[in-house]
Amino acid sequence: MLEASNLECVRGDRRLFAGVGFRLDGGEMLYLQGRNGTGKTSLLRMLCGLTPPAAGEIRWRGEPIGRLGDEFRAELCYLGHLNAIKEELTPLENLLASARLAEETLDEDAALDALERVGLAGRADLACRYLSQGQKRRVALARLVHEKRALWVLDEPYVALDTAAVDLIADLIGAHLERGGLAVLTTHQTVAVRAGAVRELRLG
Amino acid sequence: MLTLVRAVIGRDLRLAMRRQADIVSALFFFIIVVSLFPLGIGPEPDLLRKLAPGVLWVAALLATMLSLPRLFADDHRDGTLEQLALAPQPLGLVVLGKVLAHWLVSGLPLALLAPVLGLQFDLDSEALWVLTGALLIGTPALSGIGAIGAALTLGVRGGGVLLSLLVLPLYIPVLIFGAGAVDATVTGMGPQAHLSLLGALALGGLFFAPWATAAALRIALE
Repeated sequence: MLEASNLECVRGDRRLFAGVGFRLDGGEMLYLQGRNGTGKTSLLRMLCGLTPPAAGEIRWRGEPIGRLGDEFRAELCYLGHLNAIKEELTPLENLLASARLAEETLDEDAALDALERVGLAGRADLACRYLSQGQKRRVALARLVHEKRALWVLDEPYVALDTAAVDLIADLIGAHLERGGLAVLTTHQTVAVRAGAVRELRLG
Repeated sequence: MLTLVRAVIGRDLRLAMRRQADIVSALFFFIIVVSLFPLGIGPEPDLLRKLAPGVLWVAALLATMLSLPRLFADDHRDGTLEQLALAPQPLGLVVLGKVLAHWLVSGLPLALLAPVLGLQFDLDSEALWVLTGALLIGTPALSGIGAIGAALTLGVRGGGVLLSLLVLPLYIPVLIFGAGAVDATVTGMGPQAHLSLLGALALGGLFFAPWATAAALRIALE
């Protein structure tokens, strides 16, 4: 479903990687590994179509993602190392707003349920400014609870989380893969995810 | 399509309500700059009536400029802009929503306040009506054109000054026709021609600016 061939990334005048390729099918997960500064985040941003690759091609269901455009983005869920939550809004408002901006239907009950699952019950009406770093990350990850889109691209999802939350996220990813979804993630932690096939790609 | 624009407007208005200091400071800037002129020039009604359109419009341009740097900067810093760029709809629509929200919290209050401030310049009621109308028609163009500048200077250090240098020259047509409409009323020529041209500028700005802005944002996100 997701194919990348011969990708090259150039930042400034430095070439971070070249000739990177992989193929990922439904129910499979790709672990992206590598030291700091080897281009993991750059590769993820390429897969989302945010950064065009210096060379090479990315295909989704056999079509180049540039040509698919909105069709591809409708199946993509990206979670960057920035949380993309608004400090002034409450977790509930953040969750509802991001769902509406992604054109998904998420009612208030489902959103509250998602916040409860990530351990933020009782914090739903508190402005995010008052939450800790880990709690903010949980707000960002609460999006995944009811996320039905096929391709998840997650940049360091486990950062700033405690072990219980890490297990929960691994569970969510596992359930997503069982539904036939795809996931690409970077992490420096080894976390067991129950999944059909786990591929690894090491950069640098 | 419209649901996305509405969602963006709703979110931005809610954020603006939680950060009212930004709106209020731009408004007070407008009030104070406009009020300084009568105080500085002294009680000469004829001179003040002549100056009024230009002063009010220049103050409106500057007050709009104040809030522009934050139009995309906050979303860029916390990663929301990436999410908006990945929405399964053209980025231009997201920008259109943000421009309309920006107008609702900056341009619209300016236009509604202008007649009160116009009284200090001894404008008659017809000129005040035209002034308000011209600001209502012209300020959307200011938000639209400003968005292009805000996107181009996104992530640039000292972007605020660069933004003014980039955007203020583009505001000149709006300034000329906006102030011209009030001038024409005062001299008895009728404002229709100026207002029509202003309307054309606003429609053109609202239609083309979002796409130019979206292209600039994609470059900033790379």
